[in-house]
Amino acid sequence: MRAIWIIARREFRRYFTSPVGYLVLFLYLFILGLIVNNSLQQAYAFSLFQGAPPPNSDIIIGPMLTLLVFSIPALTMRLLAGEQAAGTLELLLTAPVRDWELIVGKWLGAFLFVLVLLALTLIYPLALHLLIEPGLDWGPVISGYLGLLLVSAALLALGVAISAMFRNQVAAFAVTLAVFLFLWMVSSLAGAGNPSEGVLRYLDFGNHFYNAFFRGVIDLQGIVYYLSVTAFGLLVGTVIIESRRWRG
Amino acid sequence: MIRARDLTKYYGPRLAIDHLTFETRKGEIVGFLGPNGAGKTTTMRILTGYMPPSEGDAWIADYHVVDDSLEVRRRVGYLPENIALYDDMTVWDYLAFMGQLRGVPNLEQRIAEVLERVNLVDRAESFIGSLSRGMRQRVGLAQAILHQPQVLILDEPTIGLDPAQRVEVRELIREIGQEHTVMLSTHILSEAQDLCDRVLIINQGRILAEDTPEELELRLRGAQRVRLQVGGEAGAAGLQPILSRLPGVLRVEAVDDQHLEVELAPDAAPSTRPALAQAVLDAGYTLHEMCTASLSLEDIFLQLIREEAASGPAPDAAATPTANEEA
Ligand SMILES: Nc1ncnc2c1ncn2[C@@H]1O[C@H](COP(=O)(O)OP(=O)(O)OP(=O)(O)O)[C@@H](O)[C@H]1O
Ligand SMILES: [Mg+2]
Repeated sequence: MRAIWIIARREFRRYFTSPVGYLVLFLYLFILGLIVNNSLQQAYAFSLFQGAPPPNSDIIIGPMLTLLVFSIPALTMRLLAGEQAAGTLELLLTAPVRDWELIVGKWLGAFLFVLVLLALTLIYPLALHLLIEPGLDWGPVISGYLGLLLVSAALLALGVAISAMFRNQVAAFAVTLAVFLFLWMVSSLAGAGNPSEGVLRYLDFGNHFYNAFFRGVIDLQGIVYYLSVTAFGLLVGTVIIESRRWRG
Repeated sequence: MIRARDLTKYYGPRLAIDHLTFETRKGEIVGFLGPNGAGKTTTMRILTGYMPPSEGDAWIADYHVVDDSLEVRRRVGYLPENIALYDDMTVWDYLAFMGQLRGVPNLEQRIAEVLERVNLVDRAESFIGSLSRGMRQRVGLAQAILHQPQVLILDEPTIGLDPAQRVEVRELIREIGQEHTVMLSTHILSEAQDLCDRVLIINQGRILAEDTPEELELRLRGAQRVRLQVGGEAGAAGLQPILSRLPGVLRVEAVDDQHLEVELAPDAAPSTRPALAQAVLDAGYTLHEMCTASLSLEDIFLQLIREEAASGPAPDAAATPTANEEA
């Protein structure tokens, strides 16, 4: 267990000594800022014509999921693929660390980084709160951020697992993004009356977010879904590392 | 300390090591000597708990490398071949990270000691990416001895170093070997002879011989090769049948038009060489040069393989004291 923390801490710090970490932080905050700004201007333009309701936190939290889908592959791609390419995995795998501790440690390091990222985005709801009368309804903000944390945990775990499959970071990035996009679009594949519609809808990680957390509902089924995906990703990552050992 | 029994590893269909059985004692420096692809790295990776064998067992300090992998890994220090390090970390941070993973007590003090030992104190704050090959190798060694492991496994510890650094690293290994059991791999014969209490010779995944360097040297000195430069119209090849008939000559090989290599039997009489010279002259050739060809590692393997073929499997089961103990 101690090993998990040691690995996580190092991985977390590494985001701040490499350009990838700063780039993701910067782009995430910058693009989110552009989108929020745009939405605000639209909202004000409308409010000139009619007494439209003031903008709420949706204009911030809505795009955050999309941005995570594109950011997380960049954060996870190097976690194991980089170590395999550089050959540094050999010393990690001969250190007294269990394979699952290695995987969980890597995941936790990335998760801590996303925590920092999400914490920084709080400037947008705070700013909005000051801009509008009578201020922001914080309920959906809280449930929205909780949902984003759960989504991040799940996507990071999948990203770690995919990173374990590759030696090449670019390949890891591409496949991770492809898997995310697939899981995101999967419910749109389900035509009405399709027998697998329910399953496909359940698999869609966007659904659980937009239908519940985003609307201010803390949904137990959604929590179970995200935690299951997290556990699944970490398990797959561990199995891949183990099978790497067997193959030599 | 290290015990291997019928250790076998297949990479897919390829057999990399084939029923290796050996044992090392506490405080011994054992050399693993073999050409490229012999299976040295494969064996070491199994012993360090990096990967499981396909068949067979190995124990480090009586812990099984698969069943008690974590216990094994706690007790082993490992310097991989072509050590890979985190270039974006400083030497100190890297050692701190590895030390924490291994739960080294009094870590700061221990890192300082180890840096002293590998002569890197002044580079503690340097990024690893900025170090020379030799320095990186020493960082690797520092990492391997940091937790004072009972067993040190060093895969080609002096490869890629300049002669001065090689001497330095050997000195360091010798020092370490006084307290730890060391297994090191090399394909440099002299290095094994220089450093090791015992040498395991491995080729194509099988142990060909297991000896003290002294015994080994004695045995190899038996096999002698003489190189001749001759002149004559018929070319050097014409001498081949003549020289082959001389007593004490095992084999004659014409290298090119002017050069011959003659392999002498280990028990060839001292008079064999003058007889060779005489035979060359008698055949109407001129003799320009005659010298002892040094045995390369390949020659040694050839010889050992031939010995093995001649005397059946396990040629040295009775020949060496170490092999006796295991039998
Ligand atoms: N990861 C791998 N996948 C497939 N085959 C491998 C792998 N590693 C080694 N081999 C094969 O196993 C055999 C033994 O290789 P090994 O690396 O153990 O040799 P070695 O004695 O360390 O050689 P060298 O002196 O070149 O380091 C070789 O035939 C090699 O091609
Ligand atoms: Mg090797």
